[in-house]
Amino acid sequence: MNQAPFSATCVVVEEEVSFSLEQLAQASGADAEQVIVLVQEGVLTPSGSGPQDWQFQGPSLRRARQALRLARDFELGLPGVALMMDLLDEIEALRVRLRQAGLR
Amino acid sequence: MEFKDYYATLGVERNATQDDIKHAYRKLARKYHPDVSKEANAEERFKEVGEAYKVLGDPEKRAAYDDVGQRFRGGQEFHPPPGWGSGFEFSGRDFGPGEAEQFSEFFQSLFGHLGRGARGRAQGGRHGEDHHARVVIDLVDAYRGAQRTISLRVPALDAEGHIVLQERQLDVAIPKGIREGQHLRLAGQGGAADGGAPAGDLYLEIAFRPHPYFRVDGADIYLDLPLAPWEAALGATVTVPTPDGHVQLTVPTASASGRRLRLRGKGLPGNPPGNMYAVLRIAAPAPDTAAAKEAYEALARAYPNFNPRQTLERTSQ
Repeated sequence: MNQAPFSATCVVVEEEVSFSLEQLAQASGADAEQVIVLVQEGVLTPSGSGPQDWQFQGPSLRRARQALRLARDFELGLPGVALMMDLLDEIEALRVRLRQAGLR
Repeated sequence: MEFKDYYATLGVERNATQDDIKHAYRKLARKYHPDVSKEANAEERFKEVGEAYKVLGDPEKRAAYDDVGQRFRGGQEFHPPPGWGSGFEFSGRDFGPGEAEQFSEFFQSLFGHLGRGARGRAQGGRHGEDHHARVVIDLVDAYRGAQRTISLRVPALDAEGHIVLQERQLDVAIPKGIREGQHLRLAGQGGAADGGAPAGDLYLEIAFRPHPYFRVDGADIYLDLPLAPWEAALGATVTVPTPDGHVQLTVPTASASGRRLRLRGKGLPGNPPGNMYAVLRIAAPAPDTAAAKEAYEALARAYPNFNPRQTLERTSQ
């Protein structure tokens, strides 16, 4: 297997990458239509006025993948996934506060 | 390779109905899904559960599995029967992108050939599929940056055209300051494309190996710092471990248990770097000698009016 010089090509997605709609779909394994629904449901918040010029920040990759995983594994529709992710975000925020208080 | 008893994984009988199977799966998914579960080994357990459901939840695959299963028991050494797979036709969508690759070698040997069709659907000349994998690193690697060789399991075709998992080694430069949950993108290291189109990218999700005493929250690091009662009361300079070596920390006089002392910039490196927080914990020694007992008694005499439970005495009217 050909081993490229990785240090040259390895980037931190969350800090150095933004995605167009097609790029995010390709990277997350979603269909473009699924990404559009995730935007409508508020799971993803791109900048730009319409799907053609949407730009998604790096952290969108993780969120899109999580949403697809939840939809597949719990056999849920994307609106249900959006609610689930809101609740998971809230739990995570509470956990952070517990950790910061040294309670966990 | 071991024969996997998918019925045992889902905790159902071999004659369970499709509804029973779905029910058992949903219950286990709620318990072990890594996105919602904090159980130990949730990820590993869910992988097994998901794989079992992928087969048993689909009547066609279940029938094929049952056919093989008549000759094997869970844990038994398994070799796919000759000509396996050629006699079955499966309909519908099989696996999502990259999904089948996460399953076991046993699964691959039975159903791996189904993934090929999905990949084959991509039009000639299209970009290769992007792949994802998870890499567990030590906290200190994120502090200093590191060169790591990681092993990935990649599906490949064997001589008989079956999909087998091959190990592939990659050298990866872990950048200094990487945070848990962040992704590294390795351009062109994902799935190959046909027709000379560019290969897909490989995304590596970073996880930290749990540390016995450092807790990580984004860029910040937390440490419970035990202090003797007199260190907390009189103040002290103590040596504190950070993931990147030891530092001296000045504990102010009259520090209460639970007080957080900030070591500015001693969290994960970055721009700006995170902070490290030492959360003070007062460790009282046992009065196990006469002198120690006397010291506690002297302390009690010195504080005749001290009420440690003052906060519990707010009137509960």
